[in-house]
Amino acid sequence: MVVAVGGQKDSPLLIITSMLATTIAVATPLTLGALSGIFCERAGVVNIGIEGMMLGAAFFGWLAAIYMNTIFDVAPLPSLLVGVLFAMLSGGLFALLHAVLSITYKVDQIIGGTVINILAVGITGFLNRQLFFEKGSIFGGQVPHAPGVLPRLQIPFLVDIPVLGRIFDQQPLTIAAILLVIISHYVIFYTPWGLRMRAVGEHPRAADTVGINVSFTRYANVIIGGMLAGLGGAYFTLESVPSFEPLMTNGRGFISLAAMIFGNWTPFGAWAASLVFGAAQALQINLQFYRELIPDQWAILQNSYVVGLAPYILTMLILTGIIGKTTPPAADGIPYEK
Amino acid sequence: MTETNIILQAKGITKRFPGVLANDKVDFSLKKGEIHGLLGENGAGKTTLMNILYGLYNQDEGEMLVNGKTVQIDNPKDSISLGIGMVHQHFMLIPVFTVAENIMLGYESTKHGILDRKGVSAKVKELSHQFGLDVDPEALVGQLSVGIQQRVEIVKTLYREAEILILDEPTAVLTPQEADELFAIMRGLTERGVSIIFITHKLKEVLGIAERITVMRSGRVVGTVIPAEVDEAKLASLMVGREVILKVKKGKAKAKGEVLKVENLHVLDDRGLETVHNVSFKVREGEILGIAGVQGNGQTQLAEALTGLRKTESGRVTLAGKDITGKSPRPIIETGLAHIPEDRHRHGLVLGYSVADNMVLCTYYLPPFAKHLVLNQDAVDANAQTLIEEYDVRTPSPFVPTAKLSGGNQQKVIVARELSRDVKLLIASQPTRGLDVGSIEYIHKEIVQMRDRGLGVLLISAELDEIMALSDRIAVMYSGKIVTTIDAKDATREQLGLWMAGSQSN
Ligand SMILES: Nc1ncnc2c1ncn2[C@@H]1O[C@H](COP(=O)(O)OP(=O)(O)OP(=O)(O)O)[C@@H](O)[C@H]1O
Ligand SMILES: [Mg+2]
Repeated sequence: MVVAVGGQKDSPLLIITSMLATTIAVATPLTLGALSGIFCERAGVVNIGIEGMMLGAAFFGWLAAIYMNTIFDVAPLPSLLVGVLFAMLSGGLFALLHAVLSITYKVDQIIGGTVINILAVGITGFLNRQLFFEKGSIFGGQVPHAPGVLPRLQIPFLVDIPVLGRIFDQQPLTIAAILLVIISHYVIFYTPWGLRMRAVGEHPRAADTVGINVSFTRYANVIIGGMLAGLGGAYFTLESVPSFEPLMTNGRGFISLAAMIFGNWTPFGAWAASLVFGAAQALQINLQFYRELIPDQWAILQNSYVVGLAPYILTMLILTGIIGKTTPPAADGIPYEK
Repeated sequence: MTETNIILQAKGITKRFPGVLANDKVDFSLKKGEIHGLLGENGAGKTTLMNILYGLYNQDEGEMLVNGKTVQIDNPKDSISLGIGMVHQHFMLIPVFTVAENIMLGYESTKHGILDRKGVSAKVKELSHQFGLDVDPEALVGQLSVGIQQRVEIVKTLYREAEILILDEPTAVLTPQEADELFAIMRGLTERGVSIIFITHKLKEVLGIAERITVMRSGRVVGTVIPAEVDEAKLASLMVGREVILKVKKGKAKAKGEVLKVENLHVLDDRGLETVHNVSFKVREGEILGIAGVQGNGQTQLAEALTGLRKTESGRVTLAGKDITGKSPRPIIETGLAHIPEDRHRHGLVLGYSVADNMVLCTYYLPPFAKHLVLNQDAVDANAQTLIEEYDVRTPSPFVPTAKLSGGNQQKVIVARELSRDVKLLIASQPTRGLDVGSIEYIHKEIVQMRDRGLGVLLISAELDEIMALSDRIAVMYSGKIVTTIDAKDATREQLGLWMAGSQSN
């Protein structure tokens, strides 16, 4: 997706680094969503409710931050951090609901996920209206001044690299997502926790016969997954923009599922896929600045909506199995009956 | 023997499933260092009893003692810590894990929180050396043969320092050679003080290796005997509750025109290796052609290719005069094929479906089972009722998921479905695997009857006894080729065994 370059004002290297930096940043919710999916599905629970978990977390995280800031007069940064915490908590709570439905009550997991998606849209839309747009509500019928977004953390030394340094000038959740990719990889493939979680997702009965508590393992990993999705949700309202809008996750939860599949249920694979999706989005964002660089025969790409479609089209192709043949965990989506 | 010699004891174990009394006040005891055979019809409750001892199920009544002390076994964790290990009838291994990962699962050792794969591999190697169970700890389990997978299961229990080993039908899936190796391993284990419960349907085996034999029937223990005091016939009648004719009665075959013709067939396996190599043979109406061979010599792929489950590379297959090469299963079935597949879980049954539904899997879209676009449930149920009675399938009702049936009864569901249809050819792969003597007698009789009605039968079996008892002609398959075809009355065990082992001498 490299833009052809004429003799323009910015150097090609600068354009590319700036695109890379944006790519890494906008891939954050996708990466976290994909990690969320990996934890759930590696343990054998399909989670299509990631979209809803993110949306809910985006709202509740934001709400918590505003409460801290305006009602309790806490400084912006601690408010935002409390917001992140609440985002993760609400993601975890949505996941708990999904776990109860799909593990304890063995409800079809697609239905459980759909319930969460619908629930999140409903709750956030309703509360958003009630709290901010109703006269006499706690915020007096208007959206209060938000405590801003999480500050950039220039990674020492790396940011000082000429030109390329720009890539290492990122916000905390973006950095956290990358660290979590590495941590998840180790947890899933190198620890007893990961071995058990994969066992439960592949052949729960076999896990049961060696004394592993299948239900507990599934619950725990689904909740971890929910918290990761929650962190991904926090990106929208606490890191990207300082506001909430209904439906603002805009299908990112589903795209992250595609990234998870494309990455063959591995953290690094999913991250790479998220970056591909992120690149398409970054291109769309940056296109307005570089439109004139696109040669005429690619004129259609000058339309940012066309470029913006790319992730969705890619998602559909992946989900329908046209691109890439991957193998999900053998017991993915199947409730365990003794 | 004094009481102190008893390492494991079950007293009055009762277990009910909806509609079934699976264990009815069962008493059972295991002496230290003995091999204790457990026999019983399909559905007699053997696996259930073992699952209770292992903590997978909890008994409704009764108590268990280990080393004379009453113990509470709620889950496998409890039983593992009491030194009980179990190798299940259907293996409990994760195909995408390595041998070492499978072995350490649930009992992991770590270094700074990270799995100690090296350490475990070393321990596995040491154990396999010590007990003569050769396994490669780094191999992926999914790529191992069943015989090796079974070793992995045994090493898994030894890794957990099991002193009581439960083997649920370990020989059902083994070649005779592998079974002999297993027996050597079992004897080695008992010498080191391990006590073994050995479940099997093969009377010869249990008479050969067990110190005592307990027989179960319909959830109850009907007796415990010593091999020296009984013979096969006595055991069989004890098991089934009536005389069993262990020898198949059959007249001379009246073979007519050919029903199946296979010409120069080449088939690849999953890895793309040619496992069926230029095979040609014919099956005539009214005869049984047995294909003998040690498992893994291409029989599986041959059967899959003939039934449309696997692509053929080249060659021609003609069924009842129609070219069926490369056709999908449905047109082949409609041409007149009945198939008892080797792997009942993968190709024979939809485990989550009811018994009744499984019994119409090949015919559900035809009348009387289909009325226009909907199923005629009454016809489906009536069909199930008839077959369940006729084939003596032990199930609480036609509507339970097939997964809930005992292994042998699952097999009977397939046999009933396939033998009850109007067909021209039967391909039976290991048709009596996991079946009790009574059922084997019944199915053998049924196969002979089909032959006498003028059907062609292709019998693929690793059981030499079965091949010799049923076949009119015997083809021996070795390394993907048919090495010889002879008349059954000229066949001797020894000669067949040599051919099966790849010996060229004639
Ligand atoms: N989970 C279950 N739910 C309901 N019924 C069951 C379940 N497991 C076993 N049964 C029933 O209990 C009875 C005993 O089954 P079990 O598996 O113990 O037989 P078995 O002696 O091992 O037979 P086989 O030789 O065929 O393996 C059968 O009638 C079976 O249908
Ligand atoms: Mg059994």
